[in-house]
Amino acid sequence: MRRVIYIALVVALCWFAADCAHADELRVPQNAVAGQPITINGSGTLYLIGPGQVIKRDFKSGSVEIKGEELRSAGRWIASTGSSQSQVFWVKPGKPENLNFLARPSRVPVARPNVISGVTFVFDKYQNMVIDPTPVNFNLSVGGVGSSKTVTSKDGVAWTNSSSASKAGAAQFVASTGDSTVRRVVQQVAADPCNLRMHVAGKSKNMVILETDPIRDCSGNPVPDGTIVTFIQNDQNGKSTVDARIKKDIARAELPASNNATITVAAGVVLGNELHIGGK
Amino acid sequence: MGRILTIIFAVLTVGLIAVGSIHGSSTAPASTPEGAVQSMFANAKSHDWNGAYSYVDPSSNVSEDGFIRDLTGRNGSLRTYSQLDSVNTRVLHESDNEATVRTELKYATAIGASYDTRDLKVIKDEGNWKVQWPAEKEINVPPQVIPVNYLRWDIVWRGAGDDWGAQNVENPNCRILSMNAVERDGNLIIMGEVENEDTVPAFITVGAVLSDNTGKDIAEESSFDKVSHVLLPKEISPYRIDFPGIKKENVKSVRMTHNWMLVPATADPVIGVLNQKIDKDNTGRTVLTGQLINESGQIVNIPHVLATFYDNSGKVIWVSDAYSDHALLPQTPQPFSVSLRDDLAANVHSYRVTVNHYSLNRQE
Repeated sequence: MRRVIYIALVVALCWFAADCAHADELRVPQNAVAGQPITINGSGTLYLIGPGQVIKRDFKSGSVEIKGEELRSAGRWIASTGSSQSQVFWVKPGKPENLNFLARPSRVPVARPNVISGVTFVFDKYQNMVIDPTPVNFNLSVGGVGSSKTVTSKDGVAWTNSSSASKAGAAQFVASTGDSTVRRVVQQVAADPCNLRMHVAGKSKNMVILETDPIRDCSGNPVPDGTIVTFIQNDQNGKSTVDARIKKDIARAELPASNNATITVAAGVVLGNELHIGGK
Repeated sequence: MGRILTIIFAVLTVGLIAVGSIHGSSTAPASTPEGAVQSMFANAKSHDWNGAYSYVDPSSNVSEDGFIRDLTGRNGSLRTYSQLDSVNTRVLHESDNEATVRTELKYATAIGASYDTRDLKVIKDEGNWKVQWPAEKEINVPPQVIPVNYLRWDIVWRGAGDDWGAQNVENPNCRILSMNAVERDGNLIIMGEVENEDTVPAFITVGAVLSDNTGKDIAEESSFDKVSHVLLPKEISPYRIDFPGIKKENVKSVRMTHNWMLVPATADPVIGVLNQKIDKDNTGRTVLTGQLINESGQIVNIPHVLATFYDNSGKVIWVSDAYSDHALLPQTPQPFSVSLRDDLAANVHSYRVTVNHYSLNRQE
């Protein structure tokens, strides 16, 4: 019996001695997350060295609490007490809170397959890239009509391709995840004019006013304002030209009145109708 | 001796100052028709307007103010920024009381020399020759309201606070449509056309680098003002790049350089080019003439005409330009003339005229 008690006392003593020894040992968390507080046990002075950050603290009562806003950088950290004790631990990114969104191009013709690309990079609150798979929603719409697609990010990146709509306008290309939403504008522009026609809109003593019908592409989209439309008049006095600009879907020009002239109209490579004014 | 020298130098200094401060004004009666024209312009050159006007025949029915405005320009035109540089005269016809003097005026301007050729009628009045000054008709646009749907492009660039993913709006897509290298008068000339294929305005520059047989770059130039730098959507501009003193046989290759930039721009004013035709001017040179008409309501101070000439295969064979020294008033035709090489005139099958414009008080 005395021997059993002796052995038990020896074991208890060893246990106590080991516990005392562990009290001085540096202990770091194994599941640290950027932006969340952690507690580190040890004694003396603690040095934490992470990506772009260094933190120095004194242990009080054998532990140190690092606040969430201090632990900003995800990645490989080293905890050291200045002596020979040091440990490595990893800090994971926090939950997705920021998106960087690259949308290309900023202008695109209508009805073209797979011409619009969107790439997002998912970050947490402190701009650490979130490499865990994260669903990202892409929405491309013009005038409230469009398509939506959800893509799961891989290694922090999610991307999509999309065709341009058949309707011209400023397309809103929106990427979102969680509470984070980023908007880009992709201008979808009409193609070349289709069925260009002009008519005489008025006459004065010296001038004749010519005006086109609303100029649209073959899908019915208005050709962008500012596009050059050239009116050409040939008569006995020579050639007269006016490079007019489309404004509010029509182009308008004034040419000298003539008693026998041929007038043509063109926009880029597209030719319109021909008018004869005056003559017999 | 020293005192005498001091006095001599003092008198000489005063004399030189006095001579220097006297303006070369001469209003002596002209004994020849050519002398009358020369004296008139010599006074005009030294801004002695009274002296210049004294050679104008009273029957010209032009006021002194009108005469001065004819010579110095109106409405912020190119002439208002120029200085009469030289005058060459030649008598075309002379009788006892009447003569015609061809006068070639050369003005120095910010964009180079500007030339004006006039056939002036000179008449003998009481023994003195006087110039009949053809008064320029001052055009007054009647008060009116010209409605203009003002179109301009504004650009929202990315800001300093945007994240790195926020892309800028892209530069426009432009394309060099053609390039033709020719040698004229010992100079290598590269010309062609460039188009803005995009739906936004572009600021363009076009240049060329020449390489010799060893691949070494021997010259680099750009088309300074022989191009429309601001191109609206689907607009085509000619360009011409001159390499003075370079022979085509010494050039192995030409590398075109360009830069397209997105810029804010306006679509106004619209300038029509009326009654274009290839003709001969009064000196017998081949010119493309016509009239410019400003269809908007604002004054265009300095119009710049660019003419592209094509052969029967549609190839650009010449690009020429001219500045008008008269401002374009709204709705008022203004004649223009662009030179064309006489040796090319027979090959010209068609041509196209575009107009650049520079306006004061316009913010683009």
